Amino acid sequence: MKKQKWQNSTFIYIGFIVVLAMIPFINDSRSLLFLIMQIFIFGIFAMSYDLLLGFTGIVSFGHAMYFGVGAYSVAVMMDSNEATVMYLILGLSAAVVIASVVSFVAGILTLRLKSHFYAMLTLALAGLFLVAAEKWRSVTAGSDGFIIMIPDILRDHSTMYLLCLSVLALLFFGLRRLTQSPLGKVLIAIRENEQRTESLGYKVVHYKVIASVISGIVASIAGGLYVLTLRFVDTSVFATDVTLDALLMTIIGGVGTLVGPIIGAALIEIAHHWLSDLSDVHWIFERWIILFGTIYILAVIFFPKGIVGTLAEKLGKRRKQRKKEAEQSKKIAS
Amino acid sequence: MKTLLELTAIQTYIDQYHILQNVSFEVPRGEVTVLLGRNGAGKTTTLRTIMGLNPAAKGNVLFKDQEITTLKPYEIAKRGIGYVPEDQGIFGDLTVGENMRVAMQKEDEATQERLEWILDLFPDLKKFWKRPGGQLSGGQKQMLAIARAYMNETELLLIDEPSKGLAPIIVEKVMESIEQMKEKTTIILVEQNFMMASQIGDRFYILDDGRTVHRGEMEELRVNEQLRKKYLGIA
Repeated sequence: MKKQKWQNSTFIYIGFIVVLAMIPFINDSRSLLFLIMQIFIFGIFAMSYDLLLGFTGIVSFGHAMYFGVGAYSVAVMMDSNEATVMYLILGLSAAVVIASVVSFVAGILTLRLKSHFYAMLTLALAGLFLVAAEKWRSVTAGSDGFIIMIPDILRDHSTMYLLCLSVLALLFFGLRRLTQSPLGKVLIAIRENEQRTESLGYKVVHYKVIASVISGIVASIAGGLYVLTLRFVDTSVFATDVTLDALLMTIIGGVGTLVGPIIGAALIEIAHHWLSDLSDVHWIFERWIILFGTIYILAVIFFPKGIVGTLAEKLGKRRKQRKKEAEQSKKIAS
Repeated sequence: MKTLLELTAIQTYIDQYHILQNVSFEVPRGEVTVLLGRNGAGKTTTLRTIMGLNPAAKGNVLFKDQEITTLKPYEIAKRGIGYVPEDQGIFGDLTVGENMRVAMQKEDEATQERLEWILDLFPDLKKFWKRPGGQLSGGQKQMLAIARAYMNETELLLIDEPSKGLAPIIVEKVMESIEQMKEKTTIILVEQNFMMASQIGDRFYILDDGRTVHRGEMEELRVNEQLRKKYLGIA
């Protein structure tokens, strides 16, 4: 029965992915594909944040450092070598290695702290990365940034789109498998009651570091894809705004759901794009950030558990109610 | 009588508060030792100190003749001490089955046997195996908390107020189950419900203001009304 349920939901997700994969063949508008690619990339980034916040209960304000590490690893590799697929793979591998080392060290140093101290320390660490990137101009070109060349095969927008979609799909199924595994259940237990989990014989810090490393690696891949689509990198990839975007995408979409953050990323990216375009219609829309804030507030009021979380809860309640009614009518009939 | 756990002159602070000021007692293997005392006497803190959740500032905790005073909770759990907290600590988003699986450190034959035994003892857990822990009733949560703490090679089970907030009929059921668990493991029970505690307890220690002030066989307390009145406020 459980296997059947798992297969059904997997088929639904695969169906969505197939539909998304057909978009470039139906409409190859550059701006549309670019918008959807941004959704995929920030969806990956938000999923990585969800593993920390939604599944392990860790609030981080410094997640952008992994995104930035990924972005710069790929950008520097492509800039200092030939723009070939091999160097792209090397750049992404470097991103994964550096992000895992950074997240491991950051995790060991900070995850013993209580949640709010941890959050503040991650903010400081991310700030440190931002300042280092600003000052290390010989490599990063500071806030001016630099343009990179990408492999010829990825110059085609449709190919780049399919690459981003494939990476999103692979990471989604990988993270989903992880969260359903015994390790994932321990992470959920830590989120729910850290002391209780420790009393059951788990070294909690050890599991938090594992979550932090996996999350850092996934975030760095998102950063790597981001520079590939922009073909440009500057120090803004380390900015706190990037972390806050991931936080909002996760909260609006639904924490602890994995698919929620992708929906959150879609909503925020679309709102971003659409609201900034509305400035041509009326001057008030030049202040689109105010409208953006209003959307956030409304989303939190009407979807307190995020869109996916709230819908799942409502569906669950309805199902329970129907079951109850069916049982009652069965009783009356008998 | 072989001692399984021994506390000597334990002193524990929570922040600046000196909660346990001098707690000493011994727990014989295979018995139910009941910790009694008024609210705020330090019963829960004693269990948390044994478990390493509020480590002792002074004194010693010996388990199977080995010092565990400074060990972390996960190390203490791995040595064979299970803890059922007052709030049960159920993982509400995990199903009953997942709660049980998370508690299993090993997946060997012995663990499987323990699982089967505990599910026979608490058939409700088998019935609601796929139900999220958060949707269980108070009594079912208590059963799950006890079952979960027993899943590892638990030689000593610390149970904090299992009757708290439960209907009398459920309390009876829970206590019956604890009585059956007596055959499998040693138990330290913190319980306000003296009638229940006196039925399953073998010996008792009374705590008052963070100190052990009296000890004895349960039978002694059953007949000594003056003692009950003095320390527990019950006739």
